[in-house]
Amino acid sequence: MRPAGKLHPGAEAVAEKGWLRAHRWLLLRRTAQMAILALFLIGPLAGIWIVKGNLNYSYTLDFLPLTDPYVALQALAAGHLPETLGLMGIAIVAAFYFLVGGRVFCSWVCPVNLVTDAAGWLRERLGIKGSIHLSRRTRYWILAMTFVGSAATGVVLWELINPVSMLHRGLIFGLGAAWTVVLAVFLFDLFVMSRGWCGHLCPVGAFYSLLGRWSPLRVAARRRAACNDCMDCFAVCPEPQVIRPALKGGAGPVILSPNCTNCGRCIDVCSKDVFVFGLRFDERTCPLPESGTGLR
Amino acid sequence: MANSDSKPPRSGAARRQFILDSARMACGVGMLGLGLGLYAKQSKALPALALRPPGALPEADFLGACIRCGLCVRDCPYDTLSLAKPESTVATGTPYFTARTVPCEMCEDIPCVKACPTKALDHGLTDIEKAKMGIAVLIDHETCLNFLGLRCDVCYRVCPVIDKAITLETQPNRRTGRHAMFLPTVHSEHCTGCGKCEKSCVLEEAAIRVLPPKLAQGALGKHYRLGWEEQKKAGRSLVDESKMIDLPDRLPEGASLPGHYDPASGMTDTARGVPGSEAGVILSQPPGLGGKP
Repeated sequence: MRPAGKLHPGAEAVAEKGWLRAHRWLLLRRTAQMAILALFLIGPLAGIWIVKGNLNYSYTLDFLPLTDPYVALQALAAGHLPETLGLMGIAIVAAFYFLVGGRVFCSWVCPVNLVTDAAGWLRERLGIKGSIHLSRRTRYWILAMTFVGSAATGVVLWELINPVSMLHRGLIFGLGAAWTVVLAVFLFDLFVMSRGWCGHLCPVGAFYSLLGRWSPLRVAARRRAACNDCMDCFAVCPEPQVIRPALKGGAGPVILSPNCTNCGRCIDVCSKDVFVFGLRFDERTCPLPESGTGLR
Repeated sequence: MANSDSKPPRSGAARRQFILDSARMACGVGMLGLGLGLYAKQSKALPALALRPPGALPEADFLGACIRCGLCVRDCPYDTLSLAKPESTVATGTPYFTARTVPCEMCEDIPCVKACPTKALDHGLTDIEKAKMGIAVLIDHETCLNFLGLRCDVCYRVCPVIDKAITLETQPNRRTGRHAMFLPTVHSEHCTGCGKCEKSCVLEEAAIRVLPPKLAQGALGKHYRLGWEEQKKAGRSLVDESKMIDLPDRLPEGASLPGHYDPASGMTDTARGVPGSEAGVILSQPPGLGGKP
Protein backbone atom coordinates (compact mmCIF):
# COMPACT_ATOMS: atom_id res chain seq x y z
CA MET A 1 0.00 0.00 0.00
CA ARG A 2 2.61 2.54 0.99
CA PRO A 3 5.90 3.46 -0.65
CA ALA A 4 8.82 1.22 0.28
CA GLY A 5 11.38 2.48 2.74
CA LYS A 6 8.89 4.02 5.15
CA LEU A 7 8.89 2.82 8.72
CA HIS A 8 5.21 2.94 9.56
CA PRO A 9 2.25 5.15 8.76
CA GLY A 10 2.39 8.37 10.69
CA ALA A 11 6.20 8.50 10.94
CA GLU A 12 6.25 11.46 8.62
CA ALA A 13 3.63 13.28 10.69
CA VAL A 14 5.61 12.62 13.87
CA ALA A 15 8.70 14.08 12.25
CA GLU A 16 6.77 17.07 10.95
CA LYS A 17 4.38 17.86 13.81
CA GLY A 18 5.91 16.16 16.83
CA TRP A 19 4.72 12.93 18.49
CA LEU A 20 2.01 14.49 20.60
CA ARG A 21 0.27 16.33 17.77
CA ALA A 22 0.59 13.28 15.54
CA HIS A 23 -1.30 11.26 18.17
CA ARG A 24 -3.68 13.88 19.48
CA TRP A 25 -7.00 12.36 18.43
CA LEU A 26 -5.78 8.88 19.17
CA LEU A 27 -4.89 9.90 22.71
CA LEU A 28 -8.19 11.72 23.16
CA ARG A 29 -10.03 8.70 21.86
CA ARG A 30 -8.23 6.25 24.14
CA THR A 31 -8.87 8.62 27.04
CA ALA A 32 -12.58 8.71 26.21
CA GLN A 33 -12.77 4.92 25.90
CA MET A 34 -10.95 4.42 29.18
CA ALA A 35 -12.92 7.15 30.98
CA ILE A 36 -16.25 5.65 29.94
CA LEU A 37 -15.10 2.22 31.01
CA ALA A 38 -13.83 3.68 34.29
CA LEU A 39 -17.18 5.34 34.96
CA PHE A 40 -18.88 1.99 34.59
CA LEU A 41 -16.25 0.18 36.66
CA ILE A 42 -15.88 2.59 39.56
CA GLY A 43 -19.25 1.46 40.92
CA PRO A 44 -18.58 -2.27 41.22
CA LEU A 45 -14.87 -1.83 42.03
CA ALA A 46 -14.89 1.11 44.45
CA GLY A 47 -18.53 1.35 45.43
CA ILE A 48 -18.87 4.83 43.95
CA TRP A 49 -22.06 4.59 41.97
CA ILE A 50 -22.03 7.16 39.22
CA VAL A 51 -23.20 4.87 36.44
CA LYS A 52 -25.22 1.69 36.87
CA GLY A 53 -25.73 -0.88 34.14
CA ASN A 54 -23.83 -1.34 30.92
CA LEU A 55 -23.84 -0.15 27.31
CA ASN A 56 -27.21 -1.79 26.66
CA TYR A 57 -28.83 0.46 29.24
CA SER A 58 -27.32 2.60 31.94
CA TYR A 59 -28.61 4.97 34.57
CA THR A 60 -26.27 7.80 35.54
CA LEU A 61 -26.57 9.53 38.92
CA ASP A 62 -30.18 8.35 39.16
CA PHE A 63 -30.94 10.96 36.52
CA LEU A 64 -29.74 10.15 33.03
CA PRO A 65 -31.06 7.03 31.29
CA LEU A 66 -29.16 5.82 28.22
CA THR A 67 -30.45 2.94 26.12
CA ASP A 68 -28.78 1.24 23.20
CA PRO A 69 -31.37 1.76 20.43
CA TYR A 70 -30.13 -1.33 18.58
CA VAL A 71 -30.89 -3.67 21.48
CA ALA A 72 -34.18 -1.88 22.13
CA LEU A 73 -35.18 -2.26 18.46
CA GLN A 74 -34.44 -5.98 18.57
CA ALA A 75 -36.64 -6.22 21.66
CA LEU A 76 -39.28 -4.28 19.76
CA ALA A 77 -39.00 -6.70 16.86
CA ALA A 78 -39.51 -9.47 19.42
CA GLY A 79 -42.70 -7.67 20.46
CA HIS A 80 -41.67 -5.79 23.60
CA LEU A 81 -41.68 -2.06 24.21
CA PRO A 82 -39.40 -0.60 26.93
CA GLU A 83 -40.64 1.31 29.99
CA THR A 84 -40.59 5.13 30.09
CA LEU A 85 -36.97 5.45 31.24
CA GLY A 86 -35.90 2.99 28.60
CA LEU A 87 -37.69 5.00 25.92
CA MET A 88 -36.15 8.25 27.13
CA GLY A 89 -32.75 6.59 27.01
CA ILE A 90 -33.28 5.60 23.38
CA ALA A 91 -34.21 9.17 22.43
CA ILE A 92 -31.15 10.65 24.15
CA VAL A 93 -28.69 8.17 22.66
CA ALA A 94 -30.22 8.37 19.19
CA ALA A 95 -30.14 12.18 19.24
CA PHE A 96 -26.54 12.25 20.43
CA TYR A 97 -25.21 9.90 17.77
CA PHE A 98 -27.32 11.52 15.11
CA LEU A 99 -25.45 14.74 15.87
CA VAL A 100 -21.87 13.55 16.34
CA GLY A 101 -21.88 10.64 13.89
CA GLY A 102 -23.29 7.19 14.60
CA ARG A 103 -20.04 5.34 14.46
CA VAL A 104 -18.52 7.64 17.04
CA PHE A 105 -19.87 4.86 19.23
CA CYS A 106 -17.47 2.44 17.55
CA SER A 107 -14.33 4.53 17.83
CA TRP A 108 -14.89 6.47 21.03
CA VAL A 109 -17.03 4.22 23.23
CA CYS A 110 -17.07 0.57 22.18
CA PRO A 111 -14.65 -1.59 24.20
CA VAL A 112 -14.12 -3.99 21.30
CA ASN A 113 -12.45 -1.14 19.42
CA LEU A 114 -9.48 -1.52 21.77
CA VAL A 115 -9.33 -5.20 20.87
CA THR A 116 -9.60 -4.81 17.11
CA ASP A 117 -7.30 -1.79 17.03
CA ALA A 118 -4.74 -3.87 18.91
CA ALA A 119 -5.19 -6.66 16.37
CA GLY A 120 -4.84 -4.19 13.51
CA TRP A 121 -1.71 -2.71 15.06
CA LEU A 122 -0.15 -6.13 15.61
CA ARG A 123 -1.09 -7.23 12.07
CA GLU A 124 0.78 -4.20 10.75
CA ARG A 125 3.80 -4.82 13.00
CA LEU A 126 4.01 -8.52 12.17
CA GLY A 127 3.51 -7.77 8.49
CA ILE A 128 0.63 -10.22 8.15
CA LYS A 129 -0.62 -9.72 4.62
CA GLY A 130 -3.24 -12.30 3.72
CA SER A 131 -6.88 -11.48 4.35
CA ILE A 132 -10.00 -13.25 3.16
CA HIS A 133 -12.29 -11.08 1.12
CA LEU A 134 -15.78 -10.28 2.27
CA SER A 135 -17.99 -7.39 1.29
CA ARG A 136 -18.20 -4.61 3.86
CA ARG A 137 -21.94 -4.77 3.27
CA THR A 138 -22.04 -8.13 5.08
CA ARG A 139 -22.68 -6.28 8.34
CA TYR A 140 -25.90 -4.80 6.97
CA TRP A 141 -27.12 -8.25 6.01
CA ILE A 142 -26.29 -9.46 9.50
CA LEU A 143 -28.07 -6.40 10.90
CA ALA A 144 -31.21 -7.20 8.91
CA MET A 145 -30.93 -10.85 9.94
CA THR A 146 -30.87 -9.92 13.65
CA PHE A 147 -34.13 -7.98 13.29
CA VAL A 148 -35.85 -10.69 11.27
CA GLY A 149 -34.47 -13.31 13.65
CA SER A 150 -35.61 -11.40 16.74
CA ALA A 151 -39.10 -11.16 15.28
CA ALA A 152 -39.13 -14.84 14.34
CA THR A 153 -37.77 -16.24 17.61
CA GLY A 154 -39.11 -13.66 20.07
CA VAL A 155 -35.60 -13.42 21.54
CA VAL A 156 -33.27 -10.39 21.44
CA LEU A 157 -31.21 -12.36 18.97
CA TRP A 158 -27.83 -10.69 18.64
CA GLU A 159 -27.49 -10.43 22.41
CA LEU A 160 -27.02 -14.19 22.50
CA ILE A 161 -23.55 -13.79 21.01
CA ASN A 162 -22.81 -10.06 20.75
CA PRO A 163 -19.08 -9.70 21.57
CA VAL A 164 -19.54 -5.96 22.22
CA SER A 165 -22.02 -6.36 25.07
CA MET A 166 -20.37 -9.59 26.24
CA LEU A 167 -17.07 -7.77 26.74
CA HIS A 168 -18.54 -4.65 28.29
CA ARG A 169 -20.96 -6.53 30.51
CA GLY A 170 -18.22 -9.00 31.35
CA LEU A 171 -15.82 -6.31 32.53
CA ILE A 172 -18.50 -4.88 34.82
CA PHE A 173 -20.47 -7.92 35.96
CA GLY A 174 -17.88 -10.68 35.62
CA LEU A 175 -16.26 -11.91 32.43
CA GLY A 176 -16.71 -15.67 32.66
CA ALA A 177 -15.97 -17.29 29.33
CA ALA A 178 -16.65 -14.05 27.44
CA TRP A 179 -12.90 -13.66 27.08
CA THR A 180 -12.90 -16.53 24.60
CA VAL A 181 -15.30 -14.61 22.35
CA VAL A 182 -13.13 -11.49 22.62
CA LEU A 183 -10.00 -13.51 21.90
CA ALA A 184 -11.74 -15.01 18.88
CA VAL A 185 -12.50 -11.53 17.54
CA PHE A 186 -8.87 -10.50 18.13
CA LEU A 187 -7.45 -13.54 16.37
CA PHE A 188 -9.97 -13.21 13.55
CA ASP A 189 -8.86 -9.64 12.89
CA LEU A 190 -5.20 -10.58 13.29
CA PHE A 191 -4.96 -13.65 11.10
CA VAL A 192 -8.14 -14.10 9.11
CA MET A 193 -9.39 -10.74 7.94
CA SER A 194 -7.90 -7.29 8.17
CA ARG A 195 -10.36 -5.02 10.03
CA GLY A 196 -12.67 -8.02 9.85
CA TRP A 197 -14.96 -7.59 12.83
CA CYS A 198 -15.63 -3.85 13.03
CA GLY A 199 -15.24 -3.22 9.32
CA HIS A 200 -17.19 -6.13 7.88
CA LEU A 201 -19.29 -8.10 10.32
CA CYS A 202 -20.42 -6.21 13.39
CA PRO A 203 -24.14 -5.31 13.11
CA VAL A 204 -23.87 -2.92 16.06
CA GLY A 205 -21.53 -0.70 14.04
CA ALA A 206 -23.76 -1.15 11.01
CA PHE A 207 -26.74 0.03 13.02
CA TYR A 208 -24.90 3.07 14.36
CA SER A 209 -23.70 3.93 10.86
CA LEU A 210 -27.34 4.16 9.79
CA LEU A 211 -28.12 6.24 12.86
CA GLY A 212 -25.40 8.72 11.82
CA ARG A 213 -26.35 8.65 8.15
CA TRP A 214 -27.01 12.40 8.12
CA SER A 215 -24.91 13.49 11.08
CA PRO A 216 -23.52 17.03 10.81
CA LEU A 217 -20.12 16.36 12.41
CA ARG A 218 -17.80 14.94 9.76
CA VAL A 219 -14.14 14.77 8.83
CA ALA A 220 -13.29 16.88 5.78
CA ALA A 221 -10.22 16.81 3.54
CA ARG A 222 -10.27 20.56 3.66
CA ARG A 223 -6.73 21.00 2.40
CA ARG A 224 -6.70 18.15 -0.05
CA ALA A 225 -4.66 20.31 -2.43
CA ALA A 226 -1.73 19.81 -0.07
CA CYS A 227 -1.97 15.98 -0.19
CA ASN A 228 1.37 14.40 -1.11
CA ASP A 229 -0.05 10.91 -1.71
CA CYS A 230 1.86 9.33 1.16
CA MET A 231 -1.14 7.02 1.73
CA ASP A 232 -0.72 7.11 5.50
CA CYS A 233 -4.37 7.99 6.02
CA PHE A 234 -5.46 4.97 3.98
CA ALA A 235 -3.10 2.78 5.99
CA VAL A 236 -4.44 3.81 9.40
CA CYS A 237 -8.11 4.23 8.51
CA PRO A 238 -10.33 1.37 9.72
CA GLU A 239 -12.68 2.08 6.80
CA PRO A 240 -10.24 3.28 4.09
CA GLN A 241 -12.88 3.21 1.37
CA VAL A 242 -14.53 6.29 2.88
CA ILE A 243 -11.55 8.59 2.26
CA ARG A 244 -11.14 8.45 -1.49
CA PRO A 245 -14.29 10.32 -2.57
CA ALA A 246 -13.42 13.24 -0.30
CA LEU A 247 -9.68 13.28 -0.85
CA LYS A 248 -9.43 12.35 -4.51
CA GLY A 249 -12.93 12.54 -5.93
CA GLY A 250 -14.44 15.39 -7.81
CA ALA A 251 -17.08 15.91 -5.14
CA GLY A 252 -16.84 17.98 -1.97
CA PRO A 253 -14.08 17.51 0.62
CA VAL A 254 -16.39 16.16 3.34
CA ILE A 255 -16.22 12.45 4.13
CA LEU A 256 -19.91 11.64 3.81
CA SER A 257 -19.83 7.87 4.17
CA PRO A 258 -21.74 6.85 7.31
CA ASN A 259 -19.04 4.26 7.90
CA CYS A 260 -16.46 6.89 8.77
CA THR A 261 -16.12 6.43 12.54
CA ASN A 262 -14.94 10.00 13.19
CA CYS A 263 -11.92 8.54 14.94
CA GLY A 264 -9.69 11.36 13.70
CA ARG A 265 -6.72 9.09 13.05
CA CYS A 266 -6.35 10.48 9.51
CA ILE A 267 -6.06 13.96 10.99
CA ASP A 268 -3.27 12.72 13.25
CA VAL A 269 -1.17 10.88 10.69
CA CYS A 270 -1.31 13.50 7.93
CA SER A 271 1.92 15.47 7.89
CA LYS A 272 0.26 18.03 5.62
CA ASP A 273 -2.76 18.59 7.88
CA VAL A 274 -5.15 17.81 5.05
CA PHE A 275 -8.00 16.62 7.32
CA VAL A 276 -10.04 18.53 9.88
CA PHE A 277 -13.24 17.95 11.82
CA GLY A 278 -16.00 20.11 10.39
CA LEU A 279 -19.66 20.21 9.45
CA ARG A 280 -21.06 18.17 6.61
CA PHE A 281 -22.56 21.26 4.97
CA ASP A 282 -19.22 23.05 4.90
CA GLU A 283 -17.98 22.41 1.37
CA ARG A 284 -15.07 24.82 1.52
CA THR A 285 -11.62 23.71 0.50
CA CYS A 286 -8.44 25.58 1.35
CA PRO A 287 -5.87 25.58 -1.37
CA LEU A 288 -3.34 27.41 0.80
CA PRO A 289 -1.50 25.30 3.41
CA GLU A 290 -1.46 28.24 5.86
CA SER A 291 -5.18 28.79 6.25
CA GLY A 292 -6.70 25.62 7.68
CA THR A 293 -10.12 25.90 9.30
CA GLY A 294 -11.90 23.95 11.91
CA LEU A 295 -10.46 21.55 14.47
CA ARG A 296 -7.26 20.04 13.23
CA MET B 1 -16.00 -4.03 -2.16
CA ALA B 2 -15.70 -0.79 -4.05
CA ASN B 3 -18.82 -1.32 -6.13
CA SER B 4 -20.70 -2.73 -3.19
CA ASP B 5 -21.88 0.69 -2.11
CA SER B 6 -23.28 1.55 -5.54
CA LYS B 7 -26.82 1.14 -6.85
CA PRO B 8 -27.81 -2.04 -8.71
CA PRO B 9 -25.92 -1.85 -12.01
CA ARG B 10 -27.62 -1.57 -15.37
CA SER B 11 -25.82 -3.96 -17.70
CA GLY B 12 -26.98 -7.59 -17.91
CA ALA B 13 -23.74 -9.19 -16.75
CA ALA B 14 -23.34 -6.73 -13.92
CA ARG B 15 -26.95 -7.25 -12.87
CA ARG B 16 -26.41 -11.00 -12.84
CA GLN B 17 -23.34 -10.47 -10.68
CA PHE B 18 -25.33 -8.25 -8.35
CA ILE B 19 -28.08 -10.82 -7.98
CA LEU B 20 -25.50 -13.54 -7.44
CA ASP B 21 -23.71 -11.48 -4.79
CA SER B 22 -26.98 -10.75 -3.03
CA ALA B 23 -28.01 -14.39 -3.12
CA ARG B 24 -24.61 -15.42 -1.79
CA MET B 25 -24.95 -12.92 1.04
CA ALA B 26 -28.53 -13.91 1.84
CA CYS B 27 -27.58 -17.59 1.98
CA GLY B 28 -24.43 -17.06 4.06
CA VAL B 29 -26.07 -14.73 6.55
CA GLY B 30 -29.19 -16.89 6.46
CA MET B 31 -27.14 -19.83 7.67
CA LEU B 32 -25.77 -17.74 10.50
CA GLY B 33 -29.31 -16.65 11.30
CA LEU B 34 -30.55 -20.23 11.31
CA GLY B 35 -27.82 -21.22 13.73
CA LEU B 36 -28.62 -18.27 15.95
CA GLY B 37 -32.34 -19.02 15.77
CA LEU B 38 -31.82 -22.60 16.90
CA TYR B 39 -29.57 -21.34 19.67
CA ALA B 40 -32.29 -18.86 20.63
CA LYS B 41 -34.80 -21.69 20.83
CA GLN B 42 -32.50 -23.65 23.12
CA SER B 43 -31.84 -20.62 25.26
CA LYS B 44 -35.51 -20.53 26.17
CA ALA B 45 -35.04 -23.73 28.15
CA LEU B 46 -34.20 -22.18 31.49
CA PRO B 47 -32.48 -24.65 33.85
CA ALA B 48 -34.93 -25.75 36.54
CA LEU B 49 -32.94 -24.34 39.45
CA ALA B 50 -32.27 -20.90 37.88
CA LEU B 51 -34.95 -18.50 39.06
CA ARG B 52 -35.87 -15.17 37.49
CA PRO B 53 -36.37 -12.00 39.58
CA PRO B 54 -39.88 -11.23 40.88
CA GLY B 55 -42.33 -10.09 38.24
CA ALA B 56 -40.37 -11.69 35.40
CA LEU B 57 -42.39 -12.45 32.29
CA PRO B 58 -42.73 -16.11 31.26
CA GLU B 59 -39.35 -17.28 29.97
CA ALA B 60 -40.15 -17.09 26.24
CA ASP B 61 -41.32 -13.47 26.60
CA PHE B 62 -38.59 -12.57 29.05
CA LEU B 63 -35.82 -13.24 26.52
CA GLY B 64 -37.48 -10.86 24.07
CA ALA B 65 -38.04 -8.06 26.56
CA CYS B 66 -34.91 -8.13 28.75
CA ILE B 67 -32.10 -5.99 27.35
CA ARG B 68 -29.45 -7.47 29.64
CA CYS B 69 -28.50 -4.22 31.37
CA GLY B 70 -28.15 -5.59 34.90
CA LEU B 71 -29.98 -2.73 36.64
CA CYS B 72 -32.04 -5.25 38.64
CA VAL B 73 -28.78 -6.88 39.74
CA ARG B 74 -27.42 -3.51 40.85
CA ASP B 75 -30.51 -2.48 42.80
CA CYS B 76 -30.90 -5.78 44.63
CA PRO B 77 -29.75 -4.94 48.17
CA TYR B 78 -28.87 -8.55 48.98
CA ASP B 79 -26.77 -9.36 45.90
CA THR B 80 -29.20 -12.14 45.15
CA LEU B 81 -29.24 -11.65 41.40
CA SER B 82 -26.45 -12.11 38.92
CA LEU B 83 -26.17 -11.86 35.14
CA ALA B 84 -25.63 -15.10 33.29
CA LYS B 85 -22.18 -15.55 31.83
CA PRO B 86 -21.74 -16.96 28.34
CA GLU B 87 -20.77 -20.42 29.58
CA SER B 88 -23.92 -20.61 31.73
CA THR B 89 -26.97 -22.50 30.52
CA VAL B 90 -29.07 -19.42 31.32
CA ALA B 91 -29.32 -17.05 28.31
CA THR B 92 -26.23 -14.81 28.30
CA GLY B 93 -26.53 -11.56 30.20
CA THR B 94 -29.96 -12.23 31.70
CA PRO B 95 -30.57 -11.97 35.47
CA TYR B 96 -31.21 -15.03 37.61
CA PHE B 97 -30.64 -16.38 41.07
CA THR B 98 -30.05 -19.76 42.61
CA ALA B 99 -32.16 -20.18 45.73
CA ARG B 100 -29.78 -22.59 47.42
CA THR B 101 -26.96 -20.00 47.09
CA VAL B 102 -28.73 -16.69 47.78
CA PRO B 103 -32.53 -16.64 47.97
CA CYS B 104 -34.78 -13.64 47.35
CA GLU B 105 -35.41 -11.63 50.52
CA MET B 106 -38.73 -10.32 49.20
CA CYS B 107 -38.15 -6.58 49.71
CA GLU B 108 -41.45 -4.78 50.19
CA ASP B 109 -40.54 -2.03 47.70
CA ILE B 110 -39.26 -4.56 45.09
CA PRO B 111 -36.30 -2.42 43.89
CA CYS B 112 -35.29 -4.87 41.15
CA VAL B 113 -38.62 -4.45 39.39
CA LYS B 114 -38.50 -0.67 39.77
CA ALA B 115 -35.01 -0.57 38.22
CA CYS B 116 -36.01 -2.49 35.08
CA PRO B 117 -36.11 -0.17 32.06
CA THR B 118 -38.21 -2.65 30.10
CA LYS B 119 -41.31 -4.66 30.80
CA ALA B 120 -39.24 -7.80 31.32
CA LEU B 121 -40.00 -7.37 35.02
CA ASP B 122 -43.65 -6.49 35.32
CA HIS B 123 -43.98 -3.03 36.91
CA GLY B 124 -47.55 -3.95 37.80
CA LEU B 125 -46.18 -6.15 40.59
CA THR B 126 -46.39 -3.97 43.71
CA ASP B 127 -47.13 -6.59 46.36
CA ILE B 128 -44.13 -8.90 46.69
CA GLU B 129 -46.36 -11.61 48.18
CA LYS B 130 -48.02 -11.85 44.78
CA ALA B 131 -44.68 -12.72 43.13
CA LYS B 132 -44.37 -16.09 41.43
CA MET B 133 -40.66 -16.75 40.98
CA GLY B 134 -41.37 -20.46 41.26
CA ILE B 135 -43.04 -22.86 43.63
CA ALA B 136 -41.40 -24.70 46.49
CA VAL B 137 -41.79 -28.44 46.36
CA LEU B 138 -40.91 -30.86 49.13
CA ILE B 139 -39.20 -32.98 46.60
CA ASP B 140 -37.72 -35.75 48.71
CA HIS B 141 -39.93 -37.48 51.26
CA GLU B 142 -37.22 -40.00 52.04
CA THR B 143 -34.67 -37.60 53.51
CA CYS B 144 -36.79 -34.72 54.83
CA LEU B 145 -36.25 -34.87 58.59
CA ASN B 146 -39.89 -34.14 59.33
CA PHE B 147 -40.89 -37.06 57.16
CA LEU B 148 -38.52 -39.17 59.23
CA GLY B 149 -40.60 -38.18 62.23
CA LEU B 150 -38.23 -35.50 63.60
CA ARG B 151 -39.10 -31.88 64.30
CA CYS B 152 -36.76 -29.96 61.98
CA ASP B 153 -39.39 -27.48 60.76
CA VAL B 154 -36.70 -25.10 59.43
CA CYS B 155 -38.30 -24.57 56.03
CA TYR B 156 -41.62 -23.83 57.71
CA ARG B 157 -40.09 -21.37 60.17
CA VAL B 158 -38.03 -19.37 57.64
CA CYS B 159 -40.90 -19.01 55.19
CA PRO B 160 -41.77 -15.30 54.84
CA VAL B 161 -45.35 -16.35 54.24
CA ILE B 162 -45.38 -18.76 57.19
CA ASP B 163 -48.58 -20.71 57.85
CA LYS B 164 -49.89 -19.76 54.44
CA ALA B 165 -47.27 -20.87 51.91
CA ILE B 166 -45.98 -23.67 54.10
CA THR B 167 -48.02 -25.34 56.81
CA LEU B 168 -47.23 -28.33 59.00
CA GLU B 169 -49.81 -31.05 58.50
CA THR B 170 -49.97 -33.77 61.13
CA GLN B 171 -50.14 -37.44 60.41
CA PRO B 172 -49.73 -40.40 62.68
CA ASN B 173 -46.21 -41.77 62.75
CA ARG B 174 -46.77 -45.41 61.92
CA ARG B 175 -43.13 -46.29 62.60
CA THR B 176 -43.31 -45.45 66.30
CA GLY B 177 -47.02 -45.93 66.56
CA ARG B 178 -47.38 -43.21 69.14
CA HIS B 179 -46.06 -39.93 67.64
CA ALA B 180 -47.21 -37.44 65.09
CA MET B 181 -45.33 -36.46 61.94
CA PHE B 182 -45.44 -32.75 61.08
CA LEU B 183 -45.23 -32.69 57.33
CA PRO B 184 -44.20 -29.39 55.69
CA THR B 185 -46.82 -28.78 53.04
CA VAL B 186 -46.56 -26.09 50.36
CA HIS B 187 -49.66 -24.23 49.22
CA SER B 188 -49.04 -22.98 45.72
CA GLU B 189 -51.45 -20.04 45.87
CA HIS B 190 -49.34 -18.38 48.60
CA CYS B 191 -45.80 -19.53 47.70
CA THR B 192 -43.78 -16.77 45.98
CA GLY B 193 -40.81 -18.98 45.14
CA CYS B 194 -38.38 -16.83 47.12
CA GLY B 195 -36.31 -19.89 47.95
CA LYS B 196 -35.70 -19.18 51.65
CA CYS B 197 -36.87 -22.72 52.44
CA GLU B 198 -34.49 -24.27 49.92
CA LYS B 199 -31.63 -22.12 51.15
CA SER B 200 -32.14 -23.10 54.78
CA CYS B 201 -32.91 -26.80 54.38
CA VAL B 202 -30.44 -28.42 56.76
CA LEU B 203 -29.70 -31.43 54.56
CA GLU B 204 -26.60 -31.80 52.37
CA GLU B 205 -28.90 -31.54 49.38
CA ALA B 206 -32.10 -29.63 49.95
CA ALA B 207 -35.18 -31.82 50.24
CA ILE B 208 -37.37 -28.81 49.47
CA ARG B 209 -36.63 -26.92 46.25
CA VAL B 210 -38.12 -24.07 44.29
CA LEU B 211 -39.08 -25.20 40.81
CA PRO B 212 -40.67 -23.41 37.87
CA PRO B 213 -44.48 -23.76 38.16
CA LYS B 214 -44.45 -25.78 34.95
CA LEU B 215 -42.38 -28.46 36.65
CA ALA B 216 -43.93 -28.16 40.08
CA GLN B 217 -47.63 -28.23 39.32
CA GLY B 218 -50.08 -30.53 37.72
CA ALA B 219 -53.18 -29.15 36.05
CA LEU B 220 -56.73 -30.47 36.17
CA GLY B 221 -58.54 -30.85 32.92
CA LYS B 222 -60.30 -27.56 32.17
CA HIS B 223 -63.67 -29.33 32.14
CA TYR B 224 -63.13 -30.90 35.58
CA ARG B 225 -65.56 -29.81 38.29
CA LEU B 226 -65.01 -30.72 41.90
CA GLY B 227 -68.38 -32.03 43.07
CA TRP B 228 -67.95 -30.89 46.66
CA GLU B 229 -66.98 -27.36 45.56
CA GLU B 230 -69.91 -27.14 43.18
CA GLN B 231 -72.20 -28.44 45.89
CA LYS B 232 -70.93 -25.73 48.26
CA LYS B 233 -71.59 -23.08 45.61
CA ALA B 234 -75.04 -24.39 44.82
CA GLY B 235 -75.89 -24.98 48.46
CA ARG B 236 -77.32 -28.40 47.67
CA SER B 237 -76.47 -31.61 45.94
CA LEU B 238 -76.32 -31.25 42.17
CA VAL B 239 -77.85 -34.65 41.54
CA ASP B 240 -81.15 -35.96 42.77
CA GLU B 241 -79.87 -38.82 44.87
CA SER B 242 -83.28 -40.46 45.11
CA LYS B 243 -83.09 -41.12 41.36
CA MET B 244 -79.61 -42.62 41.50
CA ILE B 245 -79.42 -46.22 40.44
CA ASP B 246 -77.71 -48.30 43.02
CA LEU B 247 -76.28 -51.43 41.52
CA PRO B 248 -76.75 -54.54 43.64
CA ASP B 249 -73.77 -55.37 45.78
CA ARG B 250 -72.28 -58.72 45.00
CA LEU B 251 -71.94 -60.32 48.35
CA PRO B 252 -71.49 -63.85 49.54
CA GLU B 253 -74.73 -65.54 50.31
CA GLY B 254 -76.22 -64.35 53.58
CA ALA B 255 -73.56 -61.70 54.15
CA SER B 256 -74.51 -58.13 54.88
CA LEU B 257 -72.70 -54.82 54.93
CA PRO B 258 -73.52 -53.04 58.12
CA GLY B 259 -73.43 -49.29 57.67
CA HIS B 260 -73.51 -49.58 53.91
CA TYR B 261 -74.71 -46.37 52.29
CA ASP B 262 -77.55 -46.79 49.86
CA PRO B 263 -77.98 -43.64 47.75
CA ALA B 264 -81.34 -44.67 46.33
CA SER B 265 -82.90 -44.79 49.77
CA GLY B 266 -80.59 -42.11 51.08
CA MET B 267 -79.89 -44.13 54.12
CA THR B 268 -77.43 -46.57 55.44
CA ASP B 269 -78.43 -50.04 56.34
CA THR B 270 -78.23 -49.71 60.04
CA ALA B 271 -78.99 -46.04 60.24
CA ARG B 272 -82.13 -46.26 58.17
CA GLY B 273 -84.73 -44.15 59.82
CA VAL B 274 -82.23 -42.43 62.07
CA PRO B 275 -82.31 -38.63 61.74
CA GLY B 276 -79.22 -37.23 60.06
CA SER B 277 -78.74 -40.01 57.57
CA GLU B 278 -81.15 -38.66 55.00
CA ALA B 279 -80.21 -37.99 51.38
CA GLY B 280 -78.23 -34.83 50.77
CA VAL B 281 -76.17 -35.02 53.92
CA ILE B 282 -72.55 -35.29 52.96
CA LEU B 283 -70.60 -37.50 55.22
CA SER B 284 -67.00 -36.61 55.88
CA GLN B 285 -66.12 -40.27 55.82
CA PRO B 286 -68.11 -43.28 54.73
CA PRO B 287 -70.30 -44.58 57.54
CA GLY B 288 -68.63 -47.35 59.37
CA LEU B 289 -65.19 -45.82 59.01
CA GLY B 290 -65.47 -43.40 61.87
CA GLY B 291 -67.54 -40.73 60.15
CA LYS B 292 -70.68 -39.53 61.77
CA PRO B 293 -73.64 -41.46 60.39
